[in-house]
Amino acid sequence: MFYRSLFPRDVFAELDRIQRGLQQGGGDLSPNIRGTARGGYPAMNVGSTPRSVEIYAFAPGIDPASLDVQLEKGVLTVAGERTSVLPPKDAPATVHIDERFSGRFRRVVTLPDDVDPNAVDARYTDGVLHISVQRKAAAQPRRIHIQ
Amino acid sequence: MNDNPALRQSPQADTAPRTAETLLPPVDVIEDGAGITLYADLPGVPKDKLHLHVEADTLTIEGEIALPAPEGLESIHSEVGLPLYRRVFTLSKELDADRVAAEFAHGVLTLRIPKVEHAQPRRIPIQVG
Repeated sequence: MFYRSLFPRDVFAELDRIQRGLQQGGGDLSPNIRGTARGGYPAMNVGSTPRSVEIYAFAPGIDPASLDVQLEKGVLTVAGERTSVLPPKDAPATVHIDERFSGRFRRVVTLPDDVDPNAVDARYTDGVLHISVQRKAAAQPRRIHIQ
Repeated sequence: MNDNPALRQSPQADTAPRTAETLLPPVDVIEDGAGITLYADLPGVPKDKLHLHVEADTLTIEGEIALPAPEGLESIHSEVGLPLYRRVFTLSKELDADRVAAEFAHGVLTLRIPKVEHAQPRRIPIQVG
């Protein structure tokens, strides 16, 4: 029995993806010492509002209890593990496509200086971990006495 | 040379044009004796924004990302830069497209496509006239 041509890969979609990756890679390269680890798992989007910093980690298929989120000295770390769905090697099954990430992961984001480490809210919905960190209330301007 | 283009049916006539750029979700496809299991990562897609179509031998997976965004959100860093996932597969004949079972949890779609039950050997009655 031949099942080889069950799911022919879409060559054009694949090329699209490669091209998109190149375009993204040449984009906004910020001089961050931790680099911009693109293509890692989970993929991350970071946004900012005047009152908070919003981090979206695209981490589908994770048990929320196994997710570890830590904020220390302005560095946010998201770590966890995703179990593989692939059958063991001796199982009577064939893996045709194997693209999804599995294993342990860890990603680190540097946050701006004005965030409040005590006002962090993390939610896991539809496979996206949304972390919202409030910014500190702007320091009041104060007059400096000259002695 | 009766090659009038107006009389010929374009092979692309009934396929939808690529209107928008989409993300290609990563998948795992595993086959065993009874069928095929497909896993697709579609993080950020709520259940009501996931669309599965089986038409003839084509399976289309489409999903729209809906993230909660506070007012005035400005993007600083973006790795998921498009709001749509789309991926199309061609099914082969021995797969039973009418009995596809789908499950969607934590942004992972699990599709089970069973194989068509092979025609059972059957006894042909002989009528005696």
